Amino acid sequence: MHRIYLDNNATTPVLPEVFEAMRPYFGEQFGNASSIHHHGQQTRAAVEDARESVAALLGCRASEIVFTSGGTEADNLAISGLVAAGDHVITSSIEHHAVLHACKHLEEIGCEVTYLPVDGRSQVDPDDVRRALRPNTKLISVMMANNETGMLQPVDEVGRIAAEAGVCFHTDAVQAAAKTAIDVKRIGCTALSISGHKIHAPQGVGALYVKKGTQIRPLFYGGRHERSRRAGTENVPGIVGLGKAARLAKDALDRGEDKKMAAMRDRLQQGILAQVEESGVNGDGAARVPNTTNIHFDHIDGEAMVIALDLKGLAVSTGAACSSGANEPSHVLVAMGLRPDQARASIRFSLGKQTVAEDIELALALVPETVARLREISPRYKKLAVSS
Amino acid sequence: MSGGVDSSTVAAMLRAEGHTVIGLTMQLWNQRRMAGREGMPESVQGRCCSLDDVYDARRVAQQIGIPYYVVNHEERFERDVVRPFVEEYLSGRTPIPCSLCNNHLKFDQLLIVAQQIGADCVATGHYARVAYDEARGRWLLKRPADLSKDQTYFLFGLTQEQLSRTIFPLGDMTKPEVRELARQHGLALAEKPDSQEICFVPGGDYKRFIDAYLAEQGEALPDTAGDLVTTSGEVIGEHSGIHNFTVGQRKGLGVATGSPLYVIQISGANKQVVVGDAENLYSRTLRARRVNLISIDDLHEPMRVAVKIRHRHEPAAALIERTASDEILVTFDEPQRAITPGQAAVFYDSNIVVGGGWIA
Repeated sequence: MHRIYLDNNATTPVLPEVFEAMRPYFGEQFGNASSIHHHGQQTRAAVEDARESVAALLGCRASEIVFTSGGTEADNLAISGLVAAGDHVITSSIEHHAVLHACKHLEEIGCEVTYLPVDGRSQVDPDDVRRALRPNTKLISVMMANNETGMLQPVDEVGRIAAEAGVCFHTDAVQAAAKTAIDVKRIGCTALSISGHKIHAPQGVGALYVKKGTQIRPLFYGGRHERSRRAGTENVPGIVGLGKAARLAKDALDRGEDKKMAAMRDRLQQGILAQVEESGVNGDGAARVPNTTNIHFDHIDGEAMVIALDLKGLAVSTGAACSSGANEPSHVLVAMGLRPDQARASIRFSLGKQTVAEDIELALALVPETVARLREISPRYKKLAVSS
Repeated sequence: MSGGVDSSTVAAMLRAEGHTVIGLTMQLWNQRRMAGREGMPESVQGRCCSLDDVYDARRVAQQIGIPYYVVNHEERFERDVVRPFVEEYLSGRTPIPCSLCNNHLKFDQLLIVAQQIGADCVATGHYARVAYDEARGRWLLKRPADLSKDQTYFLFGLTQEQLSRTIFPLGDMTKPEVRELARQHGLALAEKPDSQEICFVPGGDYKRFIDAYLAEQGEALPDTAGDLVTTSGEVIGEHSGIHNFTVGQRKGLGVATGSPLYVIQISGANKQVVVGDAENLYSRTLRARRVNLISIDDLHEPMRVAVKIRHRHEPAAALIERTASDEILVTFDEPQRAITPGQAAVFYDSNIVVGGGWIA
């Protein structure tokens, strides 16, 4: 079966160039980057090259990059590492669970957390951030781009508010990195998370930008790796892959390839909306990353739609992969004001660098007929058809 | 696919026969919900819908090379199975959640999912047989080859439409044969023990489950305490709540008398538990309501059948006749012990399921 993959917000394939860059570090270049000898020096150089590439993508110094096992660890390191019992934290209600559940844990250990609402375009209101500030506020954590809708948050404004108030600002940029330009200075953040496998590097590697001079408590204790911010022998092949992917991403953004990606996404979105009645873009009109669209197909069950499309070779999702098998409708879509049945009838399409125009055309052939069949069977849809 | 031997073997069999098979597990209940609540076990390992069972089902699907998905129907399950289960007990009846689950989830929601994803029919690991009868022009539900595993009692609610899209590949096999086939297919769970109890009631203690469920819902346990009375109406004591009793129960009545006492009847209306001697437990008639007929389209005249009044009951000879649009009167040849409201009465014509209803 010919398979089309439009679930790149869940994970992306490792690009061939990235894989090639990593290959020596599974074999001849095997040294421990902390070793004094030749072997260690070789891998240390590779790790530091990668650090510079990641720093270039984010607009920071290499010394401000801490490599982690992924986006979740980066988020947890920022949140747990910057906050202590008694502190107050401000976050949004549409964060990834890596942030939300880390904040829930903070509440258990004696912190206060404010979860800000969002509007119908999944935007946090900067004024809400300002109003939520308290004397003991230590950290604001607001994501840069939402994983389910792709919507961008007003992080620059939040950054200014944080700077004025003198509190730390962390942003989860896992879904923004490589899709839109990131400049940590413009954002004015203290910490920023990225993940390797969302940008065509392998799973199991990520990074946290930590602004120079920031005291951050590590999650693990051990050797003095990563300037004592993250103990444990470096995942050298993964880090090399992340570095290569970051460099490729920066070059692609500089060439304006994000606009080509957006054009393909728009073609998909418009094609679907033109062919399927009672469908619409969730959060329509807001600024978003170029690869994502989240569409509600009223009167269908998104879970069944994902399965039906998968059986025909099209991979999409109802939302975060981590929520699969869960009962609750997406917390993001519900926070945006969608009815639970609409949230359950929503599908996320997310493109990657490997996506080609032909994939979009094939998806456009599959989606409308699948929605039509699901609606034909849907008891809710039938009832509506009879009553209208 | 529940992650048990039966449904796993069905998947492996059908795959080996060359069918296009899609594995589905219905996530019906979050076993962690009640874990650790008062009276509930801390850990809920190895039960239906537990992470372990989903893991087992997924591993089987991977091994035999079929796509596999978990579909979540927790809301429907709670609404159509768990809630009624609790309410039936609180009304003095003894419910059968498995039948409700078959009617509302497995052969309703699951068939809808099947249709949505383009599957022709649903195959399950139930021990029963389905066949189309040309002469009657109807789909028939029949008892399986292995009568010790017969699950037709829980399937009496299936409609013609549901039966037409259902297959029970284990209907001609015995349990030992199924295990042997599982071994031949190299399934690691061939020796996994059968599940016995109600899937959402850990340890089988339904009273504790009701307490824990209502507490979780923030609802008070209704006061269903009342009098313990004899069959002649004499009050001989008090009881703690009608949901703590089931017809035929002997232990735990809290009164000491010379001869053994049994629960004869539970009256939800006046919260009375009627107790009496063993012989009081026997009766010859019952009324079945919310009837579903399978082998016949309607019961126009009285019919001789064998009737099963609980899962572990040998079908007993009886006459069934319609007494109202949705009521069938069952008159047994011999009095039957402990006819229990809330259970099902299922009618058999030799190995064919005629239909059934809920004992009023």
